[in-house]
Amino acid sequence: MPQAKRRPPRVGDSPAVRRTLIGFVLTVGALLILAPLIVIFAQAASLGLDGFARTISHPDTRHAILLTVLTALIAVPINTAFGIAAAWAITKFDFWGRRFLLVVIEIPFSISPIVAGVAYLFVYGLQGLFGPLLEAWDVKILFALPGIVLASMFVTAPFVVRELVPLMQAQGRDLEEAATSLGASGWRTFFSVTLPNIRWALLYGVVLCNARVMGEFGAVSVVSGNIRGQTNTLPLHIELLYHDYQTAGAFAAASILTVLALVTIVAKVLLERQGAGRVHRPALAAPTGKSA
Amino acid sequence: MKIRLDNVVKTFDTFRAVHGVSLDIESGELLALLGPSGSGKTTILRMVAGLEFADGGHIYFGDQDATDIPVRDRGVGFVFQHYALFPHMTVAENISFGMKVSKVRRSPAEMSARVADLLRLVRLEGLGERFPTQISGGQRQRVALARALAVDPKVLLLDEPFGALDANVRRDLRRWLREIHGELGITTIFVTHDQEEALDLADRVVILNEGKIIQQGTPEEVCRNPSSAFVMKFLGDTNRLSGSVKSGVASIGGVTLDADGCPDGAAEVYARPSDLEWSRESGIPASVLRVIDRPDGRRLVARTAGGETVELDVPPETVVRAGDEGFLRIVRMKVFAA
Repeated sequence: MPQAKRRPPRVGDSPAVRRTLIGFVLTVGALLILAPLIVIFAQAASLGLDGFARTISHPDTRHAILLTVLTALIAVPINTAFGIAAAWAITKFDFWGRRFLLVVIEIPFSISPIVAGVAYLFVYGLQGLFGPLLEAWDVKILFALPGIVLASMFVTAPFVVRELVPLMQAQGRDLEEAATSLGASGWRTFFSVTLPNIRWALLYGVVLCNARVMGEFGAVSVVSGNIRGQTNTLPLHIELLYHDYQTAGAFAAASILTVLALVTIVAKVLLERQGAGRVHRPALAAPTGKSA
Repeated sequence: MKIRLDNVVKTFDTFRAVHGVSLDIESGELLALLGPSGSGKTTILRMVAGLEFADGGHIYFGDQDATDIPVRDRGVGFVFQHYALFPHMTVAENISFGMKVSKVRRSPAEMSARVADLLRLVRLEGLGERFPTQISGGQRQRVALARALAVDPKVLLLDEPFGALDANVRRDLRRWLREIHGELGITTIFVTHDQEEALDLADRVVILNEGKIIQQGTPEEVCRNPSSAFVMKFLGDTNRLSGSVKSGVASIGGVTLDADGCPDGAAEVYARPSDLEWSRESGIPASVLRVIDRPDGRRLVARTAGGETVELDVPPETVVRAGDEGFLRIVRMKVFAA
């Protein structure tokens, strides 16, 4: 009798619950996430290789891609440096306002990006806080690259910090203290002890930060002014093409952005394999690496 | 290197961790700082290392005032409780780290020769290419020691060196550390909360409680002449019996014993399980509650007529069962005023 051989189900492991849950998740995942992605690539492919190349090589599109990459090249390194500095300060020093700082750094996670954009408008706009001063000095922040970079940095400020803080908290100060007691300088300690031990989490944070900078729409849309061929980043350009009824072009540009995102995801998965994003990682060094 | 602590004070926020501790450590001595958690022993060790700065007082290395010398320049070897080995470096790289960052330039050949020497010293030959995650806890502790010794420290400081290891490994490492200390003759201070470890290993034991030194001396001195009830209790299993003293004679449960030099009045009598004997004839009346058999003897849990529970060790062949009535005889004891 098969019934006699069957082991009792574990808690929450009845076949009905199992099948329903898995089925539900797979269906929703396919409809919600997978289908739109497939549509983007299908639409882009319908242009044919020729049409695709033509759309992409349009000066405005090329400029948008360049601007997006340039923004990422500026914003990501600055935010990485800020993230390391902030995580270091929060985990290795005791100072008044440490918890407050952590909360402040997380605000961009919960605030709508468009609010950030509008706030920048109030601070750096012509009628804004520093508006007259900036005009007098002839510094252009809004509707130009600096504004786009600033808005992108605001939105992505928490990414690196959030990855590093739990890890560095778990690691404590022992390793740095050991290195210093052995005679290492502060820089030496940072580069040969601290950095190698946070590298995967750091890379993971940088990858997420980069993905968000490239894809940011709301905040950038407010501060860039949407000037075609000048201050349009790739996400803004896609919207513009779409509103111009250039659906195929919009899909082609969108596919470019999606490829950038997929590259990011692949990088993220590879990094996770290396143990980033987990506090209790088994080993930084591959166990089968060198052995005696 | 002779080390002297002069009235050292350390306060964390509002908590006084160390209250004016003065201590002399002779050159080449192996000293244990022993105390319960929160007694300030680790804080003292970290102040000697320079990982923590004293709020008051001075620390001298020889004749030099080392109080304000940063850890980097103090020339101490520090072994952390959880080893703090660099996980991304091999054992050999860990050991040579101090030499690599040193202001004294050494050739790679010199360094690898030193690493080989140290690996031999800590008996880890052939494991130089392993990573810390690929060796056992006891081996990691030995690597941590080799790493600390590589920079020729003036003093070796160990924070709960065997705390995270199981009992057998711990016993082996203790004997081994004693041997290394004998071989190198380096002034060594270690912190422990385990009295057995301190007594086994150290030339001299400093017992701390609540940031103050309670007693210091050789293991023999602190074991035979505990200065207070705290030391008596902290060093091992102890029975406490209440009694009273009158003109140098203590009476406990109807038995009188010699207690020279004790002030008159209520007193607490402390005796270790091996300081008591089980008797059928005379002594403090008691009944046996439980008999516990161990490989090295037999322990009785008994209750005196006064309602106090005591434990005593008897020879394994003693014929006794739970419920038996008999008498306790005190062979040795310490009397402290209550």
